[in-house]
Amino acid sequence: MTPAEAALAAPAVAGESYLTHRRGVRSWLFTLDHKRIGIMYLALISACLLLGGVFALVVRLHLWSPGGALVSNDSYNKMFTLHGAVMIFLFVIPGIPSALGNFVLPLQVGAKDVAFPRVNLLSFWLFCAGAVLFVATLVAGGLDTGWTLYPPYSLESSRGLGILLALSGVFLAGFSSILTGVNFIATIHRMRAPGMGWFDLPLFLWALYATGIIQIFATPVLGITVALGFLERLFHLGIFMPEYGGDPVLFQHFFWFYSHPAVYIMILPAMGIVSEVVSVFSRKPIFGYRFIAMSSIAIAVIGFFVWGHHMFVSGQSRWSNLVFSFLTLLVAIPSAIKTFNWLATMYKGAIVLKTPMLYVLSFFAIFGVGGLTGLFLGALATDIPLHDTYFVVAHFHFVMVGAVMIAFLAGLHYWWPKLTGRMYDERTGIASAILVFLGFNLTFIPQFLVGVAGMPRRYATYAARFQGMNRLSTVGAFVLTLGLGFALYGLLASLRRSGARAPANPWGAATLEWSAASPPITENFAVPPLGRRPYDYTGLRKVSDEAGWVGVEEGAR
Amino acid sequence: MRPTVNQPSKHGAGEPAAPHVMSPRALLGTAGALLALTAFTVASSRVNLGEWNVVVALAVACTKATLVALFFMHLRYESRVQAVVVGSAVLFAVLFVAFVVFDTTQYQPDIREAAERIPAKAP
Amino acid sequence: MSGDAAREARADAAAPSPYLAHHFPSMAAQLETSKLGLWLFLGSEVLFFSGLFTAYGVFRANHWALFHYAHHFLDWRMGALNTVVLVSSSLTAAWSVRSAQLGDRRGLLRNLALTLVLASVFLVVKYFEYSHKLHNGVGWGAACHPSAEILASLPDAARALPVPRDLGVFFSVYYVMTGLHGIHVLVGMGLYLWLLTRASRGHFGAGYYVPVDAVALYWHLVDLIWIFLFPLLYLIG
Repeated sequence: MTPAEAALAAPAVAGESYLTHRRGVRSWLFTLDHKRIGIMYLALISACLLLGGVFALVVRLHLWSPGGALVSNDSYNKMFTLHGAVMIFLFVIPGIPSALGNFVLPLQVGAKDVAFPRVNLLSFWLFCAGAVLFVATLVAGGLDTGWTLYPPYSLESSRGLGILLALSGVFLAGFSSILTGVNFIATIHRMRAPGMGWFDLPLFLWALYATGIIQIFATPVLGITVALGFLERLFHLGIFMPEYGGDPVLFQHFFWFYSHPAVYIMILPAMGIVSEVVSVFSRKPIFGYRFIAMSSIAIAVIGFFVWGHHMFVSGQSRWSNLVFSFLTLLVAIPSAIKTFNWLATMYKGAIVLKTPMLYVLSFFAIFGVGGLTGLFLGALATDIPLHDTYFVVAHFHFVMVGAVMIAFLAGLHYWWPKLTGRMYDERTGIASAILVFLGFNLTFIPQFLVGVAGMPRRYATYAARFQGMNRLSTVGAFVLTLGLGFALYGLLASLRRSGARAPANPWGAATLEWSAASPPITENFAVPPLGRRPYDYTGLRKVSDEAGWVGVEEGAR
Repeated sequence: MRPTVNQPSKHGAGEPAAPHVMSPRALLGTAGALLALTAFTVASSRVNLGEWNVVVALAVACTKATLVALFFMHLRYESRVQAVVVGSAVLFAVLFVAFVVFDTTQYQPDIREAAERIPAKAP
Repeated sequence: MSGDAAREARADAAAPSPYLAHHFPSMAAQLETSKLGLWLFLGSEVLFFSGLFTAYGVFRANHWALFHYAHHFLDWRMGALNTVVLVSSSLTAAWSVRSAQLGDRRGLLRNLALTLVLASVFLVVKYFEYSHKLHNGVGWGAACHPSAEILASLPDAARALPVPRDLGVFFSVYYVMTGLHGIHVLVGMGLYLWLLTRASRGHFGAGYYVPVDAVALYWHLVDLIWIFLFPLLYLIG
């Protein structure tokens, strides 16, 4: 018997919480249960967030003074590269889909598991291997190319081993992402509860579906890019390296064909979480369900054809610039549709200001700014002076951190009772949401200002006149860290023995995961559920804070 | 008002139709057509048609690919979802190739112009 | 692994197929879901190869004469032979699905074995092509220095021309495209070996043939890629 089989053959008690029905490390490492895989992803991704966060703080501390305050220029280059690479490949891209999506998706469709549980576990292991390779680059002398790994520098710099390790890490993490996408789309297509039509899907699932499209069709291009980069580095193929007859702009086309849609892998699930939370905490059905659902698909599809806006100053032809600029501005339409529908959902709603909703409100403010500044960068004329300045840094942090990470925190607090069966402390949660919002804006608004004034990104030093703004930004980074510390403390403290037990449905939500126990049993549902309208709150009634909400059916029984 | 719990319908995990078994005739016919097209594409490449050689070769390759997908991969008998999946994959791939090739041919003159301005390196 | 645990857990249930995973309501649902998953994966593979076709397109558009010159180094007869081999293997792969669906165990074993044999023939031919080139200095990228011997074997029109500077770029594209395809063939052979051992134990029949179907679909994709590689590399260079 292999260890895997031994772990699975351990006695299981039917109808018991998925957390306790089997014990031991092996029962976790070899589990096929989507909930346990989701929890393992969550732990790993949080560790990656911590690692990337440490790099970010080093970068911010170094920029305390114009000449660099902390590390050598060379180490600074490694720090910002690893900050970007770890955060993007190991936190924001897999964060919401792999951790929260894995846990929630089968519950929301009313299934026992994802379509291919073994593939799901394989995907987790591949991700672990990718993360290990990234950490190994640290030991192997680091990486100083920027996360984009542009040749010729990346393929001829002296840090050969670091580059090869990073490329392999990206390949494995990408493969893991493809497998997750396959699982999600197949599950949503084929495993919906009886009676659950396409327009009865919770909007988080529409978002994951759109994400899956990108994961499946864009990630392989990243795979072939890094594979070619790997071979180029080892054997001098002459595909990307001009020295041997190759074309470095081709690398940028390859890279951004994936890496721009990857932005939508990050933001679409975040938008999905927002759609869930805003409806539940406004006690009102979501406004414009079909528009929100379809705009997710529209963003995914249009998102495939905007990659060239990263290459406006890379030597790309002017016709391409024109086309890509136009297509980029098109993405604003579905994004705006979503935003207006969310705001309309809150209009005249009975808004409950709990932690998830506070995070979602900060999402609206920050995503609004992040999205609108994207228009400056999508429009050719304004992009050219702003390109490679801190304006770009601030813009994408508004989207990737301000929108995605904050939505991740909203989702984490929202589903925490389901994940763990415990209620987090509301006061700590609210404090964390406020601190994160303030700290975030303090960090990145100054970066917009110095960017417009012309401060270039990626340098270890800067002109003395930018010092004041940079110091504000560094202070903001620590406020943000404090806020995240509050969030972490509030969540982990609830796991103590004395932590408050969560009812099945603490928020009065109508999606199916809340009809399972908190935490769910291994089979998810004692009785396979039927599909129901995801945002119809008419049948729900609050019993008490401790017992949560019950539906009409349970109430009548 | 619409009831909160929907009635079970053919949505969700419905029972699909019985699988389609390919007849020997269809299988052999497909293989025969593929081999004939292979012979044709080889023969056509021996004739110099200029740039049309590429067009003919790609047209034949696409025909062969369609035959493999429809019959060997029994796409013709599958639910429409599968066709949409493979169709969008091909569409994304074609647009990717087309866009990048278009772009590269557009910026070559810029490169040549720049190369002329840079003095040649000493040997 | 899940099969064993799930089978024990269900021993007292209405005894459905031992191959039905616990989270599916029926074998038919399981088959349909698996097929969709596999098609999604194949879509992903198409995009994986699309990068190589893009690289091919870019270099061919910019170095048309070089590609035309370089394709004389490839022997179209070898390419055509391998096309025939792969098309035949696709036929046997498709037939193996038919045999499994009809519960014809001998036919299934025969077709699986034939597919495996044809796949190895493909790789043997590929091996001869590669070794001939590498022996004569026709490597990839910077390592491409064709020997006088192979230059003498070119057609007259090509022999008269000087060896272009970036000849290696064509062969980089050639080796990467055919090499990645070759890796897929190797993986396919591993899968057919696995199917053969399972089929010989009588695992497959009309009620359960998901793996046979899935591997055959994958194998047809390998064939499909080759259908494009052959003319692009060997014929129109």
